Amino acid sequence: MSVLLNISQVDMEFPTPKGSFTALKGVDLQISKGEFVSLIGHSGCGKSTVLNIVAGLYQATRGGVILNDKEVTEPGPERAVVFQNHSLLPWLTAYENVELAVKQVFGKSKSKRETKEWIEHNLKLVHMDHAMHKRPDEISGGMKQRVGIARALAMQPDVLLMDEPFGALDALTRAHMQDSLMEIQAELNNTVIMITHDVDEAVLLSDRIVMMTNGPAATIGEILDIKLERPRSRLELANDVEYNRLRSEVLRFLYEKQRKVEHITADSSAKKTNKDGQEKAA
Amino acid sequence: MNTVITSVGKLFSSTAAPSQGQNILNNALQLIGIPMMGIAVFLLLWGTAAQNIDTSLGKFPGPAAVYEQFGSLYNEHIAEREKAAAFYERQEERNAKRVAQDPTYEPRIRKYTGKETFLDQIFTSLLTVMSGFFLAAFLAIPLGIAIGLSKTLNTAVNPIIQIFRPVSPLAWLPLVTMVVSALYVSPDPMVAKSFLNSLITVTLCCIWPMVINTSVGVASIDNDLVNVSRVIRLPALKHVQKIVLPASVPAIFTGMRLSLGVAWMVLIAAEMLAQNPGLGKFVWDEFQNGSSESLSRIMAAVVVIGFIGFLLDRTMLQVQRWASWDKSSASR
Repeated sequence: MSVLLNISQVDMEFPTPKGSFTALKGVDLQISKGEFVSLIGHSGCGKSTVLNIVAGLYQATRGGVILNDKEVTEPGPERAVVFQNHSLLPWLTAYENVELAVKQVFGKSKSKRETKEWIEHNLKLVHMDHAMHKRPDEISGGMKQRVGIARALAMQPDVLLMDEPFGALDALTRAHMQDSLMEIQAELNNTVIMITHDVDEAVLLSDRIVMMTNGPAATIGEILDIKLERPRSRLELANDVEYNRLRSEVLRFLYEKQRKVEHITADSSAKKTNKDGQEKAA
Repeated sequence: MNTVITSVGKLFSSTAAPSQGQNILNNALQLIGIPMMGIAVFLLLWGTAAQNIDTSLGKFPGPAAVYEQFGSLYNEHIAEREKAAAFYERQEERNAKRVAQDPTYEPRIRKYTGKETFLDQIFTSLLTVMSGFFLAAFLAIPLGIAIGLSKTLNTAVNPIIQIFRPVSPLAWLPLVTMVVSALYVSPDPMVAKSFLNSLITVTLCCIWPMVINTSVGVASIDNDLVNVSRVIRLPALKHVQKIVLPASVPAIFTGMRLSLGVAWMVLIAAEMLAQNPGLGKFVWDEFQNGSSESLSRIMAAVVVIGFIGFLLDRTMLQVQRWASWDKSSASR
């Protein structure tokens, strides 16, 4: 398959009062069209930084990102982001939140009716059509995240970037959301990069799991191909030999090879510089 | 006094039976009964204290004397209006006569120049405070947004704001008066100079809380919302209109409410100091007048000033509830 997204030798340094802090060093990853890639690693390892560089919210210090043969220099709707804490505008309804994005991205290329249908179609896709005129404070956390996903999908992105999309949800809701996401993925076959902390989630959803080493100067440690058949069912997979092998691979990487050594002071300062205040959302 | 009220409150609530009808009754008592009792106790204390204060203008007015004054202040207003009507009537008659004698004569209407009544002064003060307030909002909100969006601008302007913010607008008053009389020269002025002076004083006092609150509100917008705007590539103006402005509406309203409260206090003082028409002038005139009724008339004005201040705040709160998406910020 041809490469859609090329993350090429990315280094990221953040300036701090004590000199520059190297968050990422030589991150190199190629992603094909339709692939679902998870980034997994301990907190503070720079997963979010990678995602933000792909999104164009950060600029890599060295190296760069090429999407469809064009270098990424700024954020744009072709790299839609699903943020960890939904980031819906609290004064707009679910429908209006999606509408703002759709109107901005498609502008006059869609007629009024097409716009309306497109918004409703996307909300239906995430099963939010029953509550689309409710405001974020009137719906649950899982529902908000659904709307966030609908908003991102409605931009018809080339790559969908998800920053721990289910991290803030309870376990049951999370499982439900994962099933929904697999359903949507089966239908649309998007190219997705998802950040996660959750080993099961990574194995269940991904085509490839990219495991990152600990920071500072984090980079890609191992890449694991997940060749489980789709559609996948979490119940059947629970006793699947291959699934459990893959799962223990990831666990071994995280807890043996990259065991987090907790230096309280060094670690907390690294977090602050590394994730640029986004840590508080976790 | 507080303990008295709470213990009375407990009396009411402890008698509650768990039935719903009684609950509603209880709530009504809590909501209306207890404040009424508070007011009654206050009036009682006021009345007793007033009897024991002797001034050179007689006894300090108690609630009854003040209540009486409200009646007579209103009657004076009606009488003054009748006088004015009669004045215009006489004038018209005279003009009609002159036109009959000499058809080339162009009648001129002279304005009635009687003294402003209490109600006129209330109206003047309200008009001044609202005009100054809106002028301040018109200037301060765009400025606050600009400061909130640009760190550089914030760093540049911040020292100036910090220095001028604690200055009482009354200190500006002499300067304002001089500048207005120097610059505002027109043979047919649209508004009186005194009105302009009071208005600018109010504006000066409203502007700082509004600028500061707006800029803080804008600067503390959730970073994720800004990122959303960047991802969908909202142009700068649309970013302000769709994201920045709605996100900072609660903070803007907090600033507006704060400044309106301060403005009302400052305006009264400014009117007293500068002898500009309004409630402040009324108070000062009565003080200078020094009749046996002066104190009760001043006390009536004090009550009215307080009442209007309260109403202004409630009105702002209602507007805030209506305009803001964040209902919790308006509950205070």
